[in-house]
Amino acid sequence: MRHLTPHPDADVAPGAPSHDGRRLVADDAPPEVPAVALQGLGRVFGADPPVVALRGVDLVLERGTSLAILGPSGSGKSTLLNVLGCLDRQTCGTYRLDGIDVGGLSDGERAVLRAQRIGFVFQTFNLLAHRPVIENVMLAEVYRGTARDGRHERALRALERVGMTHRAGFLPTRLSGGEQQRVAIARALLGDPTIMLCDEPTGNLDSVNTRSVLALFDELGALGLTVVIVTHEDEVAAHAARRVRIIDGELSEDGA
Amino acid sequence: MRPADLAAEAFAGLVARPARVLLTVLGTVIGIGALVATLGLSKTAGSQIVGHFDELSATDVVVSPSARAGGAGAAVLPWDAEARLRRLNGVAAAGTLADVDVRGALVRSVPINDPLAAGAVQLPMKAASPGAFRAVHAELAAGRLFDEGHSRRADRVLVLGPNAARRLGITRVDQQPAVFVGDRLYAVIGMLSAVSRQASLLGAAIMPEGTARREFGLRAPALAQVETRLGAVDLIVRQAPVALSPGDPGLLKVAAPPDPRELRGEVRNDLDALFLLLGGVSLLVGAIGIANVTLVSVLERVGEIGLRRALGAARRHIAAQFLLESAAMGLAGGIVGASAGTLVIVGVSASRTWTPVLDPWVPLGAPVVGALIGLLSGTYPSLRAAWLEPVEALRSGT
Ligand SMILES: Nc1ncnc2c1ncn2[C@@H]1O[C@H](COP(=O)(O)OP(=O)(O)OP(=O)(O)O)[C@@H](O)[C@H]1O
Ligand SMILES: [Mg+2]
Repeated sequence: MRHLTPHPDADVAPGAPSHDGRRLVADDAPPEVPAVALQGLGRVFGADPPVVALRGVDLVLERGTSLAILGPSGSGKSTLLNVLGCLDRQTCGTYRLDGIDVGGLSDGERAVLRAQRIGFVFQTFNLLAHRPVIENVMLAEVYRGTARDGRHERALRALERVGMTHRAGFLPTRLSGGEQQRVAIARALLGDPTIMLCDEPTGNLDSVNTRSVLALFDELGALGLTVVIVTHEDEVAAHAARRVRIIDGELSEDGA
Repeated sequence: MRPADLAAEAFAGLVARPARVLLTVLGTVIGIGALVATLGLSKTAGSQIVGHFDELSATDVVVSPSARAGGAGAAVLPWDAEARLRRLNGVAAAGTLADVDVRGALVRSVPINDPLAAGAVQLPMKAASPGAFRAVHAELAAGRLFDEGHSRRADRVLVLGPNAARRLGITRVDQQPAVFVGDRLYAVIGMLSAVSRQASLLGAAIMPEGTARREFGLRAPALAQVETRLGAVDLIVRQAPVALSPGDPGLLKVAAPPDPRELRGEVRNDLDALFLLLGGVSLLVGAIGIANVTLVSVLERVGEIGLRRALGAARRHIAAQFLLESAAMGLAGGIVGASAGTLVIVGVSASRTWTPVLDPWVPLGAPVVGALIGLLSGTYPSLRAAWLEPVEALRSGT
């Protein structure tokens, strides 16, 4: 299925199975190649007047690390996440995902990348209200072109990882916010993406649900998942192995 | 993306809003239903008339040389035309006829027979093949008709039309009357009382073709008269010229009765046009309905579109899903509409004791038309959905 070739710089080696035997990184990218490498990345919106949302962002994210992006409102956190998720294009600089130079890819190729290597978790959960939980999770495989056989079982396993198997047949509207977000995380986990991108994943949750979702992130982080979490809450950021801060589109390592 | 997945997603998109889909499809159902019912009913009504239509003229086919061949006198029809025509399936009777040029010879009855008989008269002389009598529905007043043997032997025999017999003063044939044609003696073996076709036979003396060939140098039959089986006219019109002139069917022209269905069709046309117009308008309304609902559905589902893009859908996947949804609505409308239209035809036919008749392509084509309408209506909304920017779409939430 994966017809995208890694960047020539990338040293192609066999995929690395994670310690529990599950594949947590893309099978065609060797562990030495960082999951994400940004160099001088910039994003400017419009022209009259231009809004510089990101400028000169350098970032290398190793596999299996969790990264929190902090910053005040309007600083460019979501913009960076959208570029990382191949939903938006940078206006300058380079972005390599699994060693692949994403900047040179067509819309269609970027869609393939999203399907195969990126999992999204949104602040608003974004579950389809008319489809049961299990189908919402299975949706992650629809655009990947994976065989339909066994999809149900794979989705059930993903639900198991977030502790939601008992709600597989429910409609999302009958779940609490925290449960909905767990389902969304299961959807992002299905297929073991290179990175999971979360934009304010606890932004719509009360403190109890926030704690349970954060506990889930801790578990997944311990399994070696590469996660990027955008937040403006220090409490959430504290759960990540590494923290960076964006102010006015400029990224700096969090000193605090 | 797998086709099965595409179909499943489109299906799920439709069943999520069943009431709306049903209302949307209604326009197409009415449009297709009206069209199918109109087409079927006009066909059904048209077919009933064949039975009541004048059977004689509905089975009358005449083949003669075309203008290109040189018109009436041209020698195009073969001598075995009768045999060739009778081999065609759908021919009930066939025979050939020709005018015989007797070069001014007068016809007079032999005085011995009837001293009161008129003198010499100028009679139209015809040559016929034996089958011609059946093909023109000739009724015999007395005596017999000539047959294949008479023609082969070129016997000098005549069958008289009723008017010709009267002019010659011949009223009975049991005493073997004879007449002179010029200076040659012919035996009158039969007299006709009536013919239903080729009325000119009523005033003529008719001899076998073989006789006309030998005695008067007849070159070819002038026309072939065919009686077809009921409903076989179209077939015979197509086949007869090929059977008679395989080398160049264009040398023959065929005169056939106008299609009775067309005759009646003209009467019904005004009504049909109204219903077809009505069907077309409801179809258009149905199409606009599908376009409208698909567009609303796209605008409502912007967040879903954003999510699908984030999950890896390319623009074409989004477009395909919405197109499939609208095409499926059109298809469903077409199927239900065709069924409803067919039921109407059967119902009306039953109440009038008609036999329902429907071209098979009408109910089969209706769902295709419905699907095409759905596809067409869905094009613009689908393209709008596909061209949404994923980031913008996601911002609106699900
Ligand atoms: N499509 C756009 N067109 C123009 N300007 C934009 C667009 N998207 C974002 N911006 C601008 O870019 C800047 C960064 O926006 P972004 O959404 O990344 O902020 P953020 O850090 O996610 O803020 P928040 O915490 O409120 O979500 C803002 O000034 C915003 O106005
Ligand atoms: Mg944001």
